[in-house]
Amino acid sequence: METFVQLLVNGLGKGAVFALLALGFVVIFKATEVVNFAHGSLVLFGGYLVVVTRETLGWAGAAVVGIVSAGVLALLVERLLLSRSKLADPFSLALLTIGVDVIVTEEIVRRLGVSLPFIGDAWDAQPLQVGGVTMFRTHLVALLVATVLITAFFLAFRYSNWGVAMRAQAENKEAAALVGIRSSRVTSTAWLVAGVLAGVAVLFIATQDFSGAGLSRGTHSIALAAFPAAIIGGLDSTAGAIVGGITVGLVDALSTHYISFAFAKSAVFLVMLVVLVVRPSGLFGTRESIRV
Amino acid sequence: MLTVRNLQVRYGRSVAALHGIDLDVPDDGVLAVLGSNGAGKSTLLRTISGTLRMHRGTVVGGEIHYGDRRIDKLDPASIVGLGIVGVPEGRQIFARMTVDENLRAGAMGARSAQRRAAARERVHELFPVLAERARQRAGLLSGGEQQMLAIGRALMSGPRLLLLDEPSLGLAPKVVARIGEIIREIHAQGTAVVLVEQNAVMALQVADHAVVLEVGTVALSGSAAGLSESEEVQRLYLGGHAESDAAAQEEAAAARTQRAGRRGLSRWAG
Repeated sequence: METFVQLLVNGLGKGAVFALLALGFVVIFKATEVVNFAHGSLVLFGGYLVVVTRETLGWAGAAVVGIVSAGVLALLVERLLLSRSKLADPFSLALLTIGVDVIVTEEIVRRLGVSLPFIGDAWDAQPLQVGGVTMFRTHLVALLVATVLITAFFLAFRYSNWGVAMRAQAENKEAAALVGIRSSRVTSTAWLVAGVLAGVAVLFIATQDFSGAGLSRGTHSIALAAFPAAIIGGLDSTAGAIVGGITVGLVDALSTHYISFAFAKSAVFLVMLVVLVVRPSGLFGTRESIRV
Repeated sequence: MLTVRNLQVRYGRSVAALHGIDLDVPDDGVLAVLGSNGAGKSTLLRTISGTLRMHRGTVVGGEIHYGDRRIDKLDPASIVGLGIVGVPEGRQIFARMTVDENLRAGAMGARSAQRRAAARERVHELFPVLAERARQRAGLLSGGEQQMLAIGRALMSGPRLLLLDEPSLGLAPKVVARIGEIIREIHAQGTAVVLVEQNAVMALQVADHAVVLEVGTVALSGSAAGLSESEEVQRLYLGGHAESDAAAQEEAAAARTQRAGRRGLSRWAG
């Protein structure tokens, strides 16, 4: 029982991080219909800047720099590459993001060389004992931070002008343009938000507790679990991103313990396949089901 | 004053939709644009509102001016900023958002919070049903209510020129009459209107000027009253003219003989 509670907490902690990544992914998809394959490289980029600036700025300062620069990189990708070809097919733009991903990832991996720095600072690798249950502090902090950010996001999405504009554009681009909503503003804020969320996520991923590995190519492949998370929830559903993220976290934690570490990765994709067979547009997705 | 001069529009590389259109909409005018399917009515509105590019269309010649600004190169948001707002064909409300959020989205182009509040009041006055259903999902409204929401949404930014693309489409005659009254009221409050319609009866009652488009050119233009008298418009769009009845009967008779002849022929051949 204690093991199970422990696994649940760990799963939720991991899931919260995947939820942050999946949410960014979904926000970009909703605003632009582009599947952003460069999400993993945004994660790496934020992490890399933390590593580089940590010496001089201290952990907190470096974390801020990392988060901001991941956001700025996302914004630059949108402004410099995607916004120039507004009428291009979303599929070609998705291919473009693969190019960005390869370039950024390879360069960072090259610069990191053999060093695999851990990013989590004060809380990493100091388990917390509550009763008989051992919990990783990283997961608890991640859960807390993600809850705050996700709540803030949903409040903004529901009530702010930005949220209304974003939803209007996601639903009907032409009608949104006709009432004066600036599509470029909506898409660039979507990318900025996604980048910032990726920058936050990496602070938890490249830790002893979360992955047992520092910033490396491995961080990138862990971030890729945001894809199945977003797909499980439904690519165009923000609530689905949260559910998908948590699902991926729990499946990962439980299958690692009860089956094997090696199987955990496939387990996530197996769950995704099962969901797709039952509901082709994901648990909360609407994209296909409203087509008449 | 909206002035369109020698406007030529193409879709893709080869499909020409407008071949040199000229028209004027004075600041206190209601212009009806009539014409059959494919005449270029919607293309004209898309060009004015700047959404043509979203349909892969390009302006290949001519100019559109609003006041002293040239607007055919502006993006849709800037055109809304100048006070020209469109209501697209088929309403295209944001169905998954609430009625109130639809209006909020419409107010994004408004210049100040004050204007926004005034516009909301005006919209609720024109369409009390939108105030009653503020929290309902827009997709659950009836067709007529959705059309009112689409018009209300466009009014939220306080436009000086409203572009309506077939507001009567798919609505019951009673609702069409109501939409006609609303357009007149909007005009009376000082907004110019371009009304694209297939329902010529309603359009000509509401408008003061009208043009008839035929395959991308202006075939007829004049005062709405004058055009509703004109034989051609009567025959093409208003129906029920004695002459056209006679012609229809003649055609029907001709068709009957032809059919009979064909039957005879096949019997002979067999």
